Amino acid sequence: MSDSDNHGASIELENLTKRYPGSAQPAVDNVNMEIKAGEVVIFVGPSGCGKSTTLKMINRLIEPTGGRIRIGGEDVTDIDPVKLRRKVGYAIQSAGLFPHMTVAQNIALVPKMIGWSKERIRDRVEELLDLVGLDPGEFHGRYPRQLSGGQQQRVGVARALAADPPVLLMDEPFGAVDPITRDHLQDELIRLQHELHKTIVFVTHDFDEAIKLGDRIAVLRERSHIAQFDTPEAILTNPADDFVSGFVGAGAALKRLNLTRVRDVEITDYPTVTVDDPLQEIFNRLRSSGTNEILLLDKRRRPYKWLRRGDLMRARGSLARAGTLVHDTVTRDATLRDALEAVLIDNAGRVAVTGRRGEYTGVVDMETLMNSVHELLEADRLEALEAQHDLEETRADLTHAEQEGDGGERKA
Amino acid sequence: MSFWEYLGNRHQQLLADAWQHASAVFQCMVVATLLGVLIGVVTYRSEWAGNFATLSTSGILTIPSLAMIGLLIPIVGLGVPPTVITLTLYGLLPIVRNSIVGLRGVDPTLVDAARGIGMSRLARLLRVELPLAWPPILTGIRVSTQMLMGIAAIAAYASGPGLGNVIFRGLASLGSANALNQVLAGTVGIIILALLFDAAYVLVGRLTIPRGIRVR
Repeated sequence: MSDSDNHGASIELENLTKRYPGSAQPAVDNVNMEIKAGEVVIFVGPSGCGKSTTLKMINRLIEPTGGRIRIGGEDVTDIDPVKLRRKVGYAIQSAGLFPHMTVAQNIALVPKMIGWSKERIRDRVEELLDLVGLDPGEFHGRYPRQLSGGQQQRVGVARALAADPPVLLMDEPFGAVDPITRDHLQDELIRLQHELHKTIVFVTHDFDEAIKLGDRIAVLRERSHIAQFDTPEAILTNPADDFVSGFVGAGAALKRLNLTRVRDVEITDYPTVTVDDPLQEIFNRLRSSGTNEILLLDKRRRPYKWLRRGDLMRARGSLARAGTLVHDTVTRDATLRDALEAVLIDNAGRVAVTGRRGEYTGVVDMETLMNSVHELLEADRLEALEAQHDLEETRADLTHAEQEGDGGERKA
Repeated sequence: MSFWEYLGNRHQQLLADAWQHASAVFQCMVVATLLGVLIGVVTYRSEWAGNFATLSTSGILTIPSLAMIGLLIPIVGLGVPPTVITLTLYGLLPIVRNSIVGLRGVDPTLVDAARGIGMSRLARLLRVELPLAWPPILTGIRVSTQMLMGIAAIAAYASGPGLGNVIFRGLASLGSANALNQVLAGTVGIIILALLFDAAYVLVGRLTIPRGIRVR
């Protein structure tokens, strides 16, 4: 766990078991799992399957009754749990912020406990608020009750990241916010992870959330038995059994769109003008562009309006009245599904792509989307075939070995 | 002699008694608060111990205060000791009960979060649980104080300090010129003290209840 660059650390769970006194079946039964450094692993499964219990055993909020936990190669099963938890970030549903402390005090808790200097803590708090997309000047001194659910959740993530732990555990963190905010928070988490490369273990019962966020997904059934532990693509295209395919649910092809981001497809350029351009130039661009429409950007180069030929004439040259407002844009981190949604709503069949500050970077249209989806599905199909082939081969090997009589100890 | 003349003549004596009354109640409240919160902290996590603490402190409260003081005289003598012991014991119940209720009422997800980010047992108690349980505890302290104001008057029976002396003197000489004035002065004095203390607690609440819990 002593990674100096504070990127993720690997997590190994070995025969992890939790048995509650008085119940015949263990709540978590013999979980074995290897999570690579810097990986986002999602535990997904029906309620009561033990996914949350398994997560809480990693920072020993729940003490395992059997098995080992290793973080970054170090066995943490028997070390002081308080010390362990200071190196493992923990974010929970509805944030769990302390209402009697300000946002800054909440975030500063862990750094304070491990003895950082005042200035270092102050700088870190500002940095983290900025990182989770809250204006430090505005939110620093606020109390949790003065924040919306989404803002509280952001602070919760900031608090979990405060001491720059290599591992982040998230227990249904976005479960209690409305769907729109949840979507936003998921996008933010993806962006964060691009910068931070933590090892994240994330519990949810929402399979779509799992697909969107996970590098790998562990589909858990009762007693935390792993039904399948694989990449989202593999689980979607090649579910291990009926339980998993039941969980994946209908519309796997559509869900596949959640796995690819706008930045992975071709973003085309589009003729643009800005509101600061003189009218004459706008006319010229419209005429010379070869398209029916051009995109009007505002002062900060954010998409503002679609201008069609003739719009300006009808509005007697007033930019304020001409054209149709851009009502939806996507970022480069948005999923293809979001992009498809936006394209379907737009009557001309395309959507503007924006950068971090909302500035225009390009356009994605229906044709691009269709092409990439076809390519994706084709590639997945080939991969799945290959995987199936491999699986059959190993099975054949195993049967062979068993028949030979030395396969007794070798378990798949 | 009218009541006002009486006050004019005896105000020095009355103020001294009032001061002693207030000081006795205040000091006993400090002890009762420390003890009461401590008992609450030690017992709140166990169903059994918490109920036992509440039950025994309310048991104490059912003993008539006059009897309690009377019973203490042969053991600790007259004057201040029986007063302090009685007041402290009576003051415990509201504080113990509200501490337990307050501490048990802290949102378990917050305690879970505190554990999850690596706060030790003591840090959790001091930085999270007690601050969040403080409003009900403070209410308990207020109720206790009001109660002790009245009970402290009875301390005069054991020659303790306070406005009770004035009342007892008046009651002993009923029919004499100043008897009614004395009883009246003692009683009104206690009421005024109680109101002053209550006002002080409102101020204490303002100053000590974290702003984050007060804002809605």
